[in-house]
Amino acid sequence: MMDTVLKVRGLAVDFKTDIGLTHALVDVGFDMPRGKVTAIVGESGSGKSVTANCIMRIIQPPGKIVGGTIDFAPESMDPFEIVSLGKRDPRLQELRGGLISMVFQEPMTALSPVYTVGNQVAEAILCHRKVGRQQAWKEAAEMLERVGIGDIDRRIRMYPFEFSGGMRQRVVIAMALVCHPEILICDEPTTALDVTVQAEILTLIKDLQNELGNSVLFITHDIGVVAQLADKVVVMYQGRVVEIGTVRQVLKDPMHPYTKGLLAAIPGLAPKGEPLATIASVVGDTDISRPYPLISLPDGRQVSMPREQIPGAII
Amino acid sequence: MSEPTANGSLLEVKGLSKFYDGVPAVEDVSFDVTRSETLGIVGESGSGKTTLVRAILRAIDPDQGVVRFLSSGGWVELQDMRAKELIPLRREMQMIFQDPFASLNPRMTVRQIIEEPLIIHRVGNASERLEAVRDMLAHVQLEEDSLTRYPHAFSGGQRQRIGIARALILHPNLVVCDESVSALDVSVQAQIINLLEELQNELGLTYLFVAHDLSVVQHICDRVLVMHRGRVVESGTVDEIFTAPKENYTRLLLSAVPSPDPDVPLEPLDRRELGL
Repeated sequence: MMDTVLKVRGLAVDFKTDIGLTHALVDVGFDMPRGKVTAIVGESGSGKSVTANCIMRIIQPPGKIVGGTIDFAPESMDPFEIVSLGKRDPRLQELRGGLISMVFQEPMTALSPVYTVGNQVAEAILCHRKVGRQQAWKEAAEMLERVGIGDIDRRIRMYPFEFSGGMRQRVVIAMALVCHPEILICDEPTTALDVTVQAEILTLIKDLQNELGNSVLFITHDIGVVAQLADKVVVMYQGRVVEIGTVRQVLKDPMHPYTKGLLAAIPGLAPKGEPLATIASVVGDTDISRPYPLISLPDGRQVSMPREQIPGAII
Repeated sequence: MSEPTANGSLLEVKGLSKFYDGVPAVEDVSFDVTRSETLGIVGESGSGKTTLVRAILRAIDPDQGVVRFLSSGGWVELQDMRAKELIPLRREMQMIFQDPFASLNPRMTVRQIIEEPLIIHRVGNASERLEAVRDMLAHVQLEEDSLTRYPHAFSGGQRQRIGIARALILHPNLVVCDESVSALDVSVQAQIINLLEELQNELGLTYLFVAHDLSVVQHICDRVLVMHRGRVVESGTVDEIFTAPKENYTRLLLSAVPSPDPDVPLEPLDRRELGL
């Protein structure tokens, strides 16, 4: 039995809008294996970020979690369920930034412009642990060095605007990792970066994950990033999970028509001079907006399709 | 450079430079663009891609160099032209922008947005203009009832189609696409790339295609310029650049692209080891 750090079941989120309720998440469920990288892929509006925000319990009105459970089994304390935590439950504060921390897409908005980077990393420590200022500052310096920021005595006193985009994202990663979270959630952390800087940040996240052994939930729309980083892949479409499997299962042998379409639309894979495949041209007449329950297959993968359309499935 | 084709040049850039406070943003850039080809311009942010194309179109004024453009009235040199002289030439050079949300006026209907270039350049009467707008709408595969609606009612991909229609309504020869598909989801991006290629075949367009996404460039471009610190460090056909890059900087860029195949590991080259 694989060790599961996070178990999401039946998660449902509604957004109240002028024209009625929008179902942002419908019956979302997946497991995160401990010490591995789980990627959620999908296009804008598919519910990737909303799922991550549910895990941190930072869904803001008009959004609301209307159903489901998120079972969290940290190593450092007794397992608990996240959705039902009361607002004043001390475990909620412990969860946010302590047990689970998050790296966002835009590093400049995740950092305060009026505090030095050292101050901001040290603050994360002081929020969650009973240590003195000097100790926090020392640990902040160590963490910043670990994420590849050199000349630390000078840089630790600098402000975010004095850093490049890639360096800022390193600071955000240092802030996220300094309390040794059991889960690191990365929400499109490299989307705003140049490809060369992205490669550095991806390598850094991977190396740190190997070193620290934490679990990672990586949210992205970039299939290349998924292929390089993920162990397990969850494909989302219109607020639902359509396919789950290992990175090789999903990327090399996709089953759901939407996953097939998504992969076929990547320019690098298409023969030159021919039009790119689009979701519509791959999916054809199949109605992929109709929800089906996830069916578990013998090889461990799960797919949301009519049973009779699954190749090799026993009907 | 590739073999000269049957088509002649549409644009010739020689020694183009643009300085900001003495710092070169673009320095001594020279290249030719052949009619009906797609020339990609790649490089990291800050490498000078956008400054280069804006200096060519005279959206900013270059400090040195020559930009020769084959207009309908023959060859012209754009770099020293007065604003007034440039106006008729603007019909022949258009731009498709990156952000489909920022580049459309939210208070104009789709019809007004697409028609505006015709009004500015005093093309046709009202009914002829409407006819041209309808025709363009069909080209970019938008429904006719879009005409009376406002940009907010459209998705990112649809807005980009509106931006393309506005750029093409004057039948330009040269179209500059500055990161025109970068902000789009991959499935929408595929539709817009296909549309740009169809329109190029139908209308004989020449594209200057600025992009940081190398897989998009590999798919859509015939030739590529690689820019680094304001200079063109390498140029060649797509095959030459992608399969046999000569310059270290090009190799660095290519090595950083994560492959969608999990069995091809990401092994980015080290900038310092390459001496960059």
